[in-house]
Amino acid sequence: MQNVNWVALIVFVVLFGFITWLGFKAAHWRKGDLDLLHEWGLGGRRFGTLITWFLVGGDLYTAYTFIAVPALAFGAGAVAFFAVPYTIIIYPILFLVFPRLWHVCHKHNYITAADFVRGRFGNRWLALAITVTGIVATTPYIALQLVGIQVVIGAMGVSGSGWAADLPLLIAFAVMAAFTYSSGLRAPASIAIVKDILIYITAFAALIIIPMQLGGFAKIFAAVPAKQLLLAVPGPHTTGAYSSYATLALGSALALFLYPHSMTGILSASSGGAIRRNAAMLPGYSFVLGMLALLGFFAIAAGVKGMPEFATGFKQFGNNFAVPALLLHSFPAWFAGVAFAAIGIGALVPAAIMSIAAANLYTRNIHREFINRNPTDKQEAQVAKWVSLIVKVGALAFIIFVPTQFAIQLQLLGGIWIIQTLPSVMLGAFTRWFHPWALFIGWAIATLLGTWMAIGVHLQGTFPVPVAGWTFPGYIAFYTLILNLLLCAVLTPVLNATATRIPDETVAADYHP
Amino acid sequence: MNQVPDRHHPGWSWWYLLFILQFIGVLWPPFYNSAEPSWHGVPFFYWYQMLWVIVSAILTALVYFATKRP
Repeated sequence: MQNVNWVALIVFVVLFGFITWLGFKAAHWRKGDLDLLHEWGLGGRRFGTLITWFLVGGDLYTAYTFIAVPALAFGAGAVAFFAVPYTIIIYPILFLVFPRLWHVCHKHNYITAADFVRGRFGNRWLALAITVTGIVATTPYIALQLVGIQVVIGAMGVSGSGWAADLPLLIAFAVMAAFTYSSGLRAPASIAIVKDILIYITAFAALIIIPMQLGGFAKIFAAVPAKQLLLAVPGPHTTGAYSSYATLALGSALALFLYPHSMTGILSASSGGAIRRNAAMLPGYSFVLGMLALLGFFAIAAGVKGMPEFATGFKQFGNNFAVPALLLHSFPAWFAGVAFAAIGIGALVPAAIMSIAAANLYTRNIHREFINRNPTDKQEAQVAKWVSLIVKVGALAFIIFVPTQFAIQLQLLGGIWIIQTLPSVMLGAFTRWFHPWALFIGWAIATLLGTWMAIGVHLQGTFPVPVAGWTFPGYIAFYTLILNLLLCAVLTPVLNATATRIPDETVAADYHP
Repeated sequence: MNQVPDRHHPGWSWWYLLFILQFIGVLWPPFYNSAEPSWHGVPFFYWYQMLWVIVSAILTALVYFATKRP
């Protein structure tokens, strides 16, 4: 423990103590009966425009984002900036699709995407496919948030061997599990406010102060290796980095809101209007994300990789250590503590929401569907509370016992899997033309093919699709989605001719105010 | 079941086409994959995309106000 950065650690612990207190107090905020699933799991759907902004922002911009995107810029250069176009195009999708989903879910007390699919298409197996995909895609994502906490704890010099090394993580985690259990979604919503304020402060401070220290932007960009400063121009007969970049942005954007935790954040809003307003306001976070990507370049220019005091950090965490090293190098210890608290809290908020979302899915779409068909409200909420705990413990065990690289690969696969729910959920918000079994088959085949393609490229994100002598490298999630849509469109008329449809629980008016 | 949007619930607005601008603006990398013209030392590739963040927020706000029900 001799290398502990005590000043940073004390600031970190104080801030963590504050949000712990806040997490427990949140049970009384906008008071509701937390024995009701929609109160525990959706905060009673009471979050107005501003709270929704903090919650969804805190939900979408995770600790993993703040560590991994700059790490990618640090290691690979321009390609990391795909996060910016990605966040530019998510907002029209949010604006157009999700108020509709909000209205229909509000009208019918649907808590999850699978609830909606069940009501819209009347097929419990399709709903189960959506459910399982959601739970399986979310779990590695929770695990990766914990990696964010591990990195900042390591950066403060807290280390040890065996269990001692993981003790701070276990404590942070236990605290988060406790207040999520008691307060449900209100806990991460209230903490998201603190987290987002800290993130904005850190990001703006870094963006203003560090370039001054390094002598200006021209000098910073000059330090980036020339090959990595821009996208590599594609060679002959290939669309190269251009198609990878564009499909990565587009595929990630389409997948983002299909994740259960995004759906939970959105469904907890108080109105469709709040969602639309947020579509215009949330780009504030995109701006911060772009700046954070640049932090990777600041780290290159500052030369932190070569500095001896950061050698162990880089050895242990690889490029993920770039941002913590930069913060320690550029700021006094107390501000580094604030920044690390921002990242650490920035891990707990989405991890909490993700576990609540997974719990909502299990409770409504597995437990109530297949195990106990008529639970009391109290039983339902109780199942959800327990499941959220189990999911968190599972993620924790995962990150402690399984190599981080595996978690990253699983998360990549998770993106490929979750995007396959797009036809049922996003297109289902507009039309029920698709036959549920067509949707199911499309989902199944695209999921299998996507997994096979990913394994084929050793779990990189892009697959070089060969067509007529040309190669089109592109994000696997995007390509398999296209296949999925084609299958749904082709199979629907075939199946419509052969099988009858169960009536839709919803009507057109349900999708509007 | 009546799937056609009625007068009180417009399903479509021509304002939504504004969103296409965002897609075109950022999803064609060859257009902006260059260092010049730089701005205060920041290469074009980077400030162009950051600018689109601001522009897209404005476009979304515009569409919001234009399609808001009174």
